[in-house]
Amino acid sequence: MGIEGIGARVLRKEDKRFITGEGRYTDDIVEHNMAQGVFLRSPHAHAKIVSIDTSAAEAMPGVVGVVTGQQLIDGAVGNIICGWMIYSKDGSPMKAAPWKVMDPEVVRHVGQPVALVVAESKSEAEDAAEAIVVEYEELPAITDFSKAMDAGVPQVHPEAENNLICDWQLGDEAATDSAFASAAHVVELELEQNRLVPNAIEPRAAIASYNKAEDHFTLNSTSQNPHVARLVLSAFYNIAPEHKLRVIAPDVGGGFGSKIYIYPEEITCLWAAKHLGRPIKWVADRTEAFMTDAHGRDHVTKAKLALDADHKFIGLKVDTIANIGAYMSLFSSATPTYLYATLLAGQYTTPNIYANVKLVYSHTTPVDAYRGAGRPEATFVVERIVEAAARQLGVSPIELRRKNFIQTFPYQTPVLMNYDPTDFNALLEKGLAAIKYDEYPARKAEAEARGKLRGLGMSCYIEACGLAPSKAVGQLGGGVGQWESAEVRVNPVGTIELLTGSHSHGQGHETTFAQVIADRFGLPVDNVAIVHGDTDKIQFGMGSYGSRSGPVGMGAIAKALAKVEAKAKKLAGHLLEADENDIVIENGELKVAGTDKKLAWHEMTLGAYTAHNIPDDMEPGLSEKAFYDPANFTFPAGTFICEVEVDPATGVTQVINFVAVDDFGVIVNPNVVEGQVHGGLAQGIGQALFEEAIYDANGQLLTASYMDYCMPRADDLPNFSLDHVVTPNPNNPLGVKGCGEAGAIGAPAAVINAVTDAVGHEHVTMPATPEKVWRALQQNRPAMAAE
Amino acid sequence: MGEVSLTVNGKKVTKTVEDRTLLSTLLREHLSLTGTHIGCDTSQCGACTVHVNGNAVKSCAVFAAQVDGGEITTIEGLADGGDLHPMQSAFREHHGLQCGYCTPGMIMMAVDIVKRHPQGLTEEVIRKELEGNICRCTGYHNIVKAIDAAAKTMQSTPAMAAE
Repeated sequence: MGIEGIGARVLRKEDKRFITGEGRYTDDIVEHNMAQGVFLRSPHAHAKIVSIDTSAAEAMPGVVGVVTGQQLIDGAVGNIICGWMIYSKDGSPMKAAPWKVMDPEVVRHVGQPVALVVAESKSEAEDAAEAIVVEYEELPAITDFSKAMDAGVPQVHPEAENNLICDWQLGDEAATDSAFASAAHVVELELEQNRLVPNAIEPRAAIASYNKAEDHFTLNSTSQNPHVARLVLSAFYNIAPEHKLRVIAPDVGGGFGSKIYIYPEEITCLWAAKHLGRPIKWVADRTEAFMTDAHGRDHVTKAKLALDADHKFIGLKVDTIANIGAYMSLFSSATPTYLYATLLAGQYTTPNIYANVKLVYSHTTPVDAYRGAGRPEATFVVERIVEAAARQLGVSPIELRRKNFIQTFPYQTPVLMNYDPTDFNALLEKGLAAIKYDEYPARKAEAEARGKLRGLGMSCYIEACGLAPSKAVGQLGGGVGQWESAEVRVNPVGTIELLTGSHSHGQGHETTFAQVIADRFGLPVDNVAIVHGDTDKIQFGMGSYGSRSGPVGMGAIAKALAKVEAKAKKLAGHLLEADENDIVIENGELKVAGTDKKLAWHEMTLGAYTAHNIPDDMEPGLSEKAFYDPANFTFPAGTFICEVEVDPATGVTQVINFVAVDDFGVIVNPNVVEGQVHGGLAQGIGQALFEEAIYDANGQLLTASYMDYCMPRADDLPNFSLDHVVTPNPNNPLGVKGCGEAGAIGAPAAVINAVTDAVGHEHVTMPATPEKVWRALQQNRPAMAAE
Repeated sequence: MGEVSLTVNGKKVTKTVEDRTLLSTLLREHLSLTGTHIGCDTSQCGACTVHVNGNAVKSCAVFAAQVDGGEITTIEGLADGGDLHPMQSAFREHHGLQCGYCTPGMIMMAVDIVKRHPQGLTEEVIRKELEGNICRCTGYHNIVKAIDAAAKTMQSTPAMAAE
């Protein structure tokens, strides 16, 4: 591997600029003659807009102009799309209602944009926004989505009767029902997936500019996928054809899914930049981020597990209602369906699985993919019900899991997925060793002596990531391909620019991607520059989400490197008068195997560019491109074990130990991978104990600031104990599986299994706040006392 | 409008600003010191933390006029020429940052934490002291390690500990 190759703990190259304040985020960029944009937003969850009077605002000091939704419609700006078509079980397509960029007639969630004010300064724009007079006719709202399909509740869109977008199913219902009919035991559980706000610390931002002479737009934006942004801005929103629109995602301060989507703000600012003739910067404040960034999760589920007399799982049936919010965001249809129900087998051989998911509208912010996207929800269902089953049957949750683990691979589940090899037993064993499971009874007794309740819970997750074979995604309704592209430009002096369609917003690509090249050619990582985030520089890219930069992005790099390697060997063979098949590349040299004949890397590269002596059938230069479409999803898996201590007097839960053992396949940089796991765990523990977006019955978002939405802080979290099992992914050129979401996927079930173990009560919903835990303890008091 | 005079990263500056101009706005927009970041509007996230007269202050929560005459150090002024401050180095060595957005505020707060605890730090104290700085990427694990390591370096450098 070399000291900077695959597997090395190389310190991040990108850190230098971030630790010195030299990072370049969207809000740090200033364009010549730039004006500032501020959006006026709906204070109502549901209302008709009777009139909008912008005349006073337009007369305010510093105001450049005001844009309202009707202008966008008149300008032929297209509606915002949902990019994944799904069908109800009766065969009818999902009932997606139009999402107008700034609907001039109806508002359907608090924070929906109504007008853009552009002024010389942000404070002038804010002042002017307050001078816009909007007459609303308030309408009743539905925010409790579990009741969205009830008779007589307010309707969000006429296109979706009873607020039902899609009544979707997966699996064989008849076979599953017959498994339940023959079951020796049936365990039932009702579960809630709390609604989360992704909360990247950098708020969304955009700078839109327009060059009149060239009829060309440039958008600097906080995007996880600038080419996807350009594609939809061109193909659907009619901003400009792709060659007339450059999208740049500079340094981006975290995404977690929320920066995948192309929101009304970017579209409006682009349109306004042309029509007002000024570059426009818009930066969300935190409350805008809470009200308008796509939220995550938000399910209610009834699940039941059938077991035979030997405690083998024979059937799983799941009924879920998923809240989509007021509009169907880009991946909103896929997240609670194909990214959720396809993982309901978990790590187990359950032969019959059936899921029914009802996707419903409500008068809340759109809900879409947030770190894990569907898979945390699936893991929570499976791992909560397995733990509950063990408790109900009075058997060890460890033994129950072992008895049902999948042991042979590849494994075809009854819910579409075909799992790659991994080793669930090895993951579990390492987890138990790391948490010192045999000493747990002593720790529990010690806590009890202090009047505290200890609980231990585990979560044995498997997920599907690296989205994925384009053909498979297309067959399931996905609107885009899910490959990735890379270009390796080797310069005459031998240094390399790697242009990648992946986008780094914290993942460390400038280091890990360079390591892949260092590994292959034995070059220092400092000789490699990673170029990303600019549609003018990179041929194309699907961007970074779904843990895909490793398995798919690096797959494309590996494929391009193979082409470079082949040409380099051919040229070296020519120059060294040897067979190209005898050339080996190591430590920055091209050697003829078994001889002392060799060329330095830079001698070969210079030879490629001088082209004075290259084979007759060879083109000059050394630069190769590749598009890589994976053969399958990748399947990271792991065992997480959480140990908590609950104070029965206050209900406060403290995470004492948290062990995560993952199989991510080959690990390129352990520092980076561990960091990804730490962050994912923090978000998963945040979901379990702290975080929840709450709407009141009128549709007001009560948790729209960091004063109200409980973000995990340093003193809320433990040190994490991590370990790995490495099963190289046979379907990936580098053997990698992806690691970005695992922590957030596996953690909530582990934490809640631990909390419910401590409390002795299955029904503690997330977030398990002190109040909920304390109330659960009070309900259980007689049982606890009798124990 | 009023005139505000400050010493920022060792340089004297005088700017005429609106009375409502925040220190963070003065730094970012009037002085182009964009290393100081804005992550919220309720002084909760700490991304805007700078030093005012040697103490960590959330620059989005004070008016520029309030600190008139003060000495300000931002993330851009923390390194000693080409030499990184031990806290900056420790964040890199311990992978205490990912997206980098909260990092300047974290580092400025961390330097302040070390200075306020000349007797040394424990992990528990570091975690408590970081309560006003939010990171969404790292789970804090490596930030805590970085601060612990930098504290040891700083405290073995008497001039730095006494700063």
